[in-house]
Amino acid sequence: MNIFDIIGPIMIGPSSSHTAGVVRIAKITSKLLGETIVKAKVYFSGSFTTTYKGHGSDKAVMGGLLGYNADDIRIRDSKNEFIKRKTDISFDTEDLSEYHPNTVKIEVTGESGKRISVIGCSVGGGSILIRRINQYEVQFDATYNTLIIPHNDISGLIAFVARVIAEHQINIANMKVFRSERGGKAIMIIETDQLIGKEIINQLQSNSNIFEITYLEPIE
Amino acid sequence: MSNFDSIKDLVEIADQENVKLSDIILRLQAKELGISEEQLLERMRITYHEMVLSLENAVKNDKKSLSGLTGGDANKLFEAIKTKRSVLPEFISKIIARALATGELNACMGKIVAMPTAGACGIVPAVLLTVKEENSIDEDVALQGLITAGGIGLVIANKASISGAKGGCQAECGSAASMAAAAMTKMLGGTNEMVANAAALAMKNQLGLVCDPVAGLVEVPCIKRNVGGAMIAIAAAEMSLAGIKSVIPVDEVIWAMKNVGDQMSVNLKESAKGGLAATKTGKEITENFIKSY
Ligand code: SF4
Repeated sequence: MNIFDIIGPIMIGPSSSHTAGVVRIAKITSKLLGETIVKAKVYFSGSFTTTYKGHGSDKAVMGGLLGYNADDIRIRDSKNEFIKRKTDISFDTEDLSEYHPNTVKIEVTGESGKRISVIGCSVGGGSILIRRINQYEVQFDATYNTLIIPHNDISGLIAFVARVIAEHQINIANMKVFRSERGGKAIMIIETDQLIGKEIINQLQSNSNIFEITYLEPIE
Repeated sequence: MSNFDSIKDLVEIADQENVKLSDIILRLQAKELGISEEQLLERMRITYHEMVLSLENAVKNDKKSLSGLTGGDANKLFEAIKTKRSVLPEFISKIIARALATGELNACMGKIVAMPTAGACGIVPAVLLTVKEENSIDEDVALQGLITAGGIGLVIANKASISGAKGGCQAECGSAASMAAAAMTKMLGGTNEMVANAAALAMKNQLGLVCDPVAGLVEVPCIKRNVGGAMIAIAAAEMSLAGIKSVIPVDEVIWAMKNVGDQMSVNLKESAKGGLAATKTGKEITENFIKSY
């Protein structure tokens, strides 16, 4: 924690965990999809189930899916923007308390038919933890520059990724690999202090055992 | 070196070097964040301007909250001030009205700066900006006040908590009151020790305050509790600037806040199962609110 966690964040109210944190989870979901959303399904768990409307958590999800930051005043009108764009969205509840008392699951479908499902926890003060992406149980808080690399779980791949990043003088702060099943597919989460350029991403993406990479800059 | 786990240590370092507490906080935090002091100061200036803007918007705001439960109270007091019907000195009435206004802006999805949380976002701005205005204080000194508040809040967060769910409202409005008292004392020329004392005196007056939001929303009692926090903050600063000391040192008061929070029932920590949330009216509001879903 630092001084800007105390004097801040600058955010749209009323609740750092029920509003600001939710915007962030939804924004990451839309980045992972990487294309225009045509359909979204949202499942609130824990204390969200009874307070999500009063805290504007529904608008917070829509704002995040539209790519807004937690301090973007347009969050208030995000519902109208969804109606205008004719994006189909529904809200429901589901017990996800095994993750955290304040958890949300967001499933989105893009115009190409691509689907992404994310489970995120709002852990307090607007901080978040992403706990699931599609079939992968993951764990990252999006406070670093983060590379999300789904890949075939084969030997040598991790070394390849580490080498490409090191060649560009980027220091890896954390590297985690999450498998769905042995020898199947896995997801690699790489966190760095420095920005990661397009070049690096393109070079990684050229490996045929790597699927679509998502790059997240530290959340605002 | 300080890891922001003792206000006494920070004051000692500052006094040894014969500088302000805010200088030490600035230096240590810049180092921690890996940026220069100038960069930190600039970032803090941006936050400060957001706070000013937020208060301006709060004063103009006439919206009801999303739940429809709150809104419009600050305007009643602003109106009373304008028409000379308010009974307290204007400096105090203004702080009350501004604390309410910011809390109300937060409840209707306005843009605010959480200090340290969204629920308690009205306390520091109301005190700091009104003190600045009444005493024609420079923006740079107000910034030092804000940094002082941040340093105090950081120690509280590290040693106790700033979350209602963890420590009750004493951790949110109590921390904000301590921060505001420290900022005000700094801005009015108090010594480093006086700043620490003001923080202690404010927190002592908030110990035991429970978190009992009706229907789980950041509205009742949160908005009006910003007023209590602000009033305690200015009283604490007033006492400290006059040389009155807290018998229990500030770091021990923070320890006590944690101790009280740990012993507090979970029903009184944001779960909306006790206190005002559990009153007859509180429950009725909750039922009606859930029905509207
Ligand atoms: S009552 Fe609870 S939610 Fe409301 S301001 Fe206090 S700590 Fe925050």
